Amino acid sequence: MDLDFITKTFLRLLAALPLTLSVWFLCVTLGALIAAAVTWMRLSGVRPLELFARAYVTVFRGTPLLIQLFVVYYGLASLPAVRASFAWPFLREAFNCAVLSLALCTAAYQAEIFRGALLAVPHGQVEAGRACGMSRLLMFRRIIFPIALRHALPAYSTEMISMVKSTALVSLVTLWDVMSVALKIRNDTLVTYLPLVLAGAIYFVVNYAIAAAFLALERRLTPHLKPRPS
Amino acid sequence: MDLAIFGFGKGGWGLALLEGAAMTLLVSACGLLIGAAIGGLIARARLSGRLLAGAVGQAYAALFRGLPELLVVYFVYFGTSTLLTETAHTLGHEGFVGVPAFAAGALAVGVISGAYQAEVFRAAYLAISRGELEAAVSVGMNRTLMTRRIILPQVLRFALPGLGNLWQFALKDSSLISVTGLTELMRVAQVGAGSTHRPFAFYLGGAVLYLVITIATSRVFDIAEGRATRGMRRAAS
Repeated sequence: MDLDFITKTFLRLLAALPLTLSVWFLCVTLGALIAAAVTWMRLSGVRPLELFARAYVTVFRGTPLLIQLFVVYYGLASLPAVRASFAWPFLREAFNCAVLSLALCTAAYQAEIFRGALLAVPHGQVEAGRACGMSRLLMFRRIIFPIALRHALPAYSTEMISMVKSTALVSLVTLWDVMSVALKIRNDTLVTYLPLVLAGAIYFVVNYAIAAAFLALERRLTPHLKPRPS
Repeated sequence: MDLAIFGFGKGGWGLALLEGAAMTLLVSACGLLIGAAIGGLIARARLSGRLLAGAVGQAYAALFRGLPELLVVYFVYFGTSTLLTETAHTLGHEGFVGVPAFAAGALAVGVISGAYQAEVFRAAYLAISRGELEAAVSVGMNRTLMTRRIILPQVLRFALPGLGNLWQFALKDSSLISVTGLTELMRVAQVGAGSTHRPFAFYLGGAVLYLVITIATSRVFDIAEGRATRGMRRAAS
């Protein structure tokens, strides 16, 4: 095992990192938007919307992401109706399918996080806001959102890390992310451990950085919970 | 949609899909059990108060919670096969020795699940009231008896909700084992999709089966939780 091979492998894997990161960034962002809509439906008090939101969360959390991805990428593409529709130019690309199905999946988990965080806002605070004559929007911006954000952060950071790990599945729909490059190198060179270990190291560092960033944000937002200097 | 392809007659995939579902249940259950063994050991190491054991436990949990599940599946599958082949070579055996896909898959699911179960067990242990442990010591119970009578029953009770979650994760992770060729539900759906050229129907059908399994088995965990906590005081609702 020479150093030259290690560096070469590492650089090839690093070159695939932008794709992994862009799938991740796009899917969590799109997922957050969908999750906001689902949360709103769930808490709307309108029965049909509420039922839809519940069903959405159950279905997308109750099935493996891999099969969801295959329904979107292989399944939809096989339907003549989809091929003829306006969505085809979008769904034809594996990248778009990957982002879409990862986003739909993470939205279900994020919606539960949002819901939990919103329900954890103390009722007295909402009543106080109302008593001061705040409009719903102002109350959301000043009272509900800031409190809910702090409640949501720990679970949200876990979900972000979980999505980095999930991006490895896009290697199964022809995309060249870090995972699939590692497998390709393994196949070509018949070196078993090194490509997978290096790929694992890359994923681990990315996840560590995300966890650290969220922890820093959490500390910044909750200075009142800091242990008192003795 | 023509549903005959999911039937049990000639050319129907019903039986194959059900067998796949049974395999999914089996490999996930084995994975969860392996995970329980690993998780128990790691939790013990972290609670031991020894610096080195604690650090090893923490490193294990951090590592396997930070790596993609798919990568762990590949690593366990290829890794154990290579290890076995090399061992066989030194013993004079020629050629490639593969690890059975079932064993590698269950091990992979267990290795991942173990990292999470360690946290669940650790939290459950810490939730046992100190007084009960002190009481056990003061009536002269030795360590084994205390573990069997006081610690284990309560750890299992406190850990149940967390284990229910992890069971669902194990089920979903088991779909990744399809890449090693084990004919569990995901793999059967793939094969069916390929040979009938009806991927939409097969993947959707597979997803429905996964959903049924998830919902049905989480009911089992709910019932178990209800039974395990029937003697506990609840906050007035």
